[in-house]
Amino acid sequence: MSNNEQWISVCNTDDLVENSGVCALVNGEQVALFKLVQGEQEQILAISNYDPFGKANVLYRGLLCSVSSDDAAVRFAVASPLYKQRFCLTTGECIDDPEASVSVFPARIVDQTVQLSVAS
Amino acid sequence: MQASTIKVLVVGNGMVGHHFVEQVLEQNINAEVTVLSGEPRLAYDRVHLSEYFTGKSAEDLSMTSEAHYENLGVNFHVNAKVVDIDKANKRVTTEAGDTFAYDKLVLATGSYPFVPPIPGNDQEHCLVYRTIEDLEQIEASSKQSKVGVVVGGGLLGLEAANALKQAGLETHVVEFAPQLMAVQVDKAGGSLLKSKIESLGVRVHTERATEEIVAGESCRYKMCFKGGESLETDMILFSAGIRPQDSLAREVDIEIGPRGGIVIDDHCLTSDPDIYAIGECALWNNFIFGLVAPGYTMARAAASHLAQGELKFEGADMSTKLKLMGVDVGSIGDAHARTEGALTYTYENQPEGIYKKIVVDAEKKALLGAVLVGDNSDYDTLLQYALNDIELPEQPESLILPSTGGDAPALGADALPDTATVCSCHNVSKGDIVDAMDAGSCDLGAIKTCTKASTGCGGCAALLKNVVDSELEKRGVEVKKDICEHFAYSRQELFHLVQVEEIKSFDALLEKHGRGIGCEVCKPAVGSILASVWNDFVLQKEHVKLQDTNDTYLANMQKDGTYSIVPRIAAGEITPDKLIVLGQVAKKYKLYTKITGGQRVDLFGARVEQLPFIWEELIAAGFETGHAYAKSLRTVKSCVGSTWCRYGVQDSVGAAINIENRYKGLRAPHKIKMAVSGCTRECAEAQSKDIGVIATDKGWNLYVCGNGGMKPRHADLFATDLDTETLIKYIDRVLMFYVRTADRLQRTSVWMENLEGGLDYLKQVVIEDSLGLCSELEAQMQSVVETYQCEWKTAVETDQSRKRFRQFVNADQKDPNIVFVEERDQIRPATEEEKNSGDLIATDRELAEDALA
Repeated sequence: MSNNEQWISVCNTDDLVENSGVCALVNGEQVALFKLVQGEQEQILAISNYDPFGKANVLYRGLLCSVSSDDAAVRFAVASPLYKQRFCLTTGECIDDPEASVSVFPARIVDQTVQLSVAS
Repeated sequence: MQASTIKVLVVGNGMVGHHFVEQVLEQNINAEVTVLSGEPRLAYDRVHLSEYFTGKSAEDLSMTSEAHYENLGVNFHVNAKVVDIDKANKRVTTEAGDTFAYDKLVLATGSYPFVPPIPGNDQEHCLVYRTIEDLEQIEASSKQSKVGVVVGGGLLGLEAANALKQAGLETHVVEFAPQLMAVQVDKAGGSLLKSKIESLGVRVHTERATEEIVAGESCRYKMCFKGGESLETDMILFSAGIRPQDSLAREVDIEIGPRGGIVIDDHCLTSDPDIYAIGECALWNNFIFGLVAPGYTMARAAASHLAQGELKFEGADMSTKLKLMGVDVGSIGDAHARTEGALTYTYENQPEGIYKKIVVDAEKKALLGAVLVGDNSDYDTLLQYALNDIELPEQPESLILPSTGGDAPALGADALPDTATVCSCHNVSKGDIVDAMDAGSCDLGAIKTCTKASTGCGGCAALLKNVVDSELEKRGVEVKKDICEHFAYSRQELFHLVQVEEIKSFDALLEKHGRGIGCEVCKPAVGSILASVWNDFVLQKEHVKLQDTNDTYLANMQKDGTYSIVPRIAAGEITPDKLIVLGQVAKKYKLYTKITGGQRVDLFGARVEQLPFIWEELIAAGFETGHAYAKSLRTVKSCVGSTWCRYGVQDSVGAAINIENRYKGLRAPHKIKMAVSGCTRECAEAQSKDIGVIATDKGWNLYVCGNGGMKPRHADLFATDLDTETLIKYIDRVLMFYVRTADRLQRTSVWMENLEGGLDYLKQVVIEDSLGLCSELEAQMQSVVETYQCEWKTAVETDQSRKRFRQFVNADQKDPNIVFVEERDQIRPATEEEKNSGDLIATDRELAEDALA
């Protein structure tokens, strides 16, 4: 992460929905935010909200899934609500089409506030 | 292929004549085919003729149509009875005097019913049972009759008796021989069959020779039997066997057998080298084959000979399996043990009304024949032993003795040779199935489509499944039904777990039986199961993450990320005031408006944040959600019915409204569509629905498991003349059984086709309660009905849910990527090019935003 990284507060943790997504508007960029809960573990993941296949801002409305494969650890992904392509939440890669990907954004929680880093 | 076109003329368009036409086309013979039918219509299914009385129309029974023949390039003439053949000049003449030339002539004239020469047999209400015209007469006559007699206790006679019984007549069967079905079953089987049929309310009189039919006293006629007894009746149906329709051939000196029938060789050629005969008019090896399968084999042999092929007709298996008035009857091979040295084993269970007999050769190595009454479950296995000369187990009786928990010697599919016929209707061998699997078909549905196996009478369904499963296993394909990587269970198993262990959330199910966090496959499936079983609000905190976007936002996402909204308009009935509200709301929010195929109105172009506002206005006007977004009941389409229509016989709109209101909100493995038609004209197209209801003058006919769409399927007739209460009961049971046992995203049609035993099995479960499940299924449906809620209403009234309906958590702005342009005075999503050109109608966007503010 570069030095000019800047954390922007976008919403409260209450605004998030467990194992589902919401969308935040940050510097004109639409970011899909997911709160992933598995047992005790909790993490916030953020990717672009724009579905490059459907060409619409809808990814936050997709279903979360865990995808296991032989050569990699379990990956968490969101399946687009339009045509069901899955995007990895940590790398932005499209699992169903290696040619495509979306941007990912660092996200964190500070005192019940969700913060995002969007490169300026 | 021949160099020049040959003229093939087919006389007769029964099932066999039609099959011949199909075969000629399939063999790519360079032929001009002309069909002359003596009947007023083209080929129809005579095997299922009795279904005419349970609601099937002549059209349902038809096997082809004029348009179909036209497409195939087949010339045809109906009402064209051939009266003469000029063998020397190769031409035939019809009754109307038209002549047709031929190179090859095929006689497929069939048979006619034998009417015993009894004085008085030619009166108005003395009828036969063979053609649709006969059935029309029987129907008309039965309406003026209280008592009906069928003369003849064979297979057709008993079917005819069933038809009279269904028409509500006091029904009698009069048989000359000492037993029923004397050709197929032995004496002991015949007497059991008699007592079973009598217990169903049909009186059976055996060893009765009718001497005269005279005027009756209490009824229209009196039948006087030899010996002085008599029986009064209003109508008489003769079904005393068939005679080959050979008069045409006889008149032009084609060789005829001593007791009738056109003599043919193994190529189905008659004594004239340019004339073939096939089906029931033909006599092969001194034998007339009165079943459709051998007729089809003859048609294939004759077509093959025309194409210079190898296929011959070398006799046929006359084994039969059928259900007469609900009684199983099976007959295989030498049922009467007439083979020299034959030995028999018999099992009789009087309390349950079951009789089974097998006939084996002197060495006890081969099965020669069998008789089954009351239980046909061993039929398929026994038939395979008989047809394929499979060596019998050491104790042949084990094949028919009830299994006592030990290992029943079921014949594994592996034991069958590749030549073994699995489906005799479509002549599909085990080898054909293996070939289809080699070519890539790997599930039952695909194999059925590609080979046609089990799509005729369906009797081989269980065997087909065994063959497929065993072949899959051989290929190392584990028949795995796991729903996805997160659960090692099928949907059916998950349903069971949820119900039995009273699991109420996805997390609880995942913790106990799964792994990972789930995915886009298992989450909606489990969400649907939970909704079917517990019927909680789908956007409740623990369920919301399971729903596909359409369910999450209770609307249908369109390509640009906006939604369409479909309010329920039960049965398509709507007041002018409500229609006006739809117009006003659409106008206010500037939504694109379209009438749907399900008699509703769809409002397109709503942004996610607009949805709750739009619903509030619709709810205030008395609308509720139409569930267009859910895998659940969509609509019950209706025609206007007896209230307005001159032809309607029942109130189809009223019935459709009740049905729609009963099942609305039921979550299912896939969407469910229904329709109710007010008369047999079927304007609501109920036969293309999962549940179709068609009014009759006595009540309702219920059709199940149809669908339109990519692979349309006609619904099957399930039950007839039901009263409204029974209708609802049956629909409750069918639907809940479907909800419980179907795979994920499986429509009712595919579900039913994959049920072992298909439609008959479903009837047993739903009508006869063979699994003892019916009261449970009804109770479960009742609980779903009672816990119904309008999801829109709950969503707008619940803060937590309502919060989700916004594009951004941190801003009140709209998604700038949603842009509309105008077309035909309404909005539509702008294309990418239009968006990039910037040449847009800004007012659209502003208007929509004003509406929000």
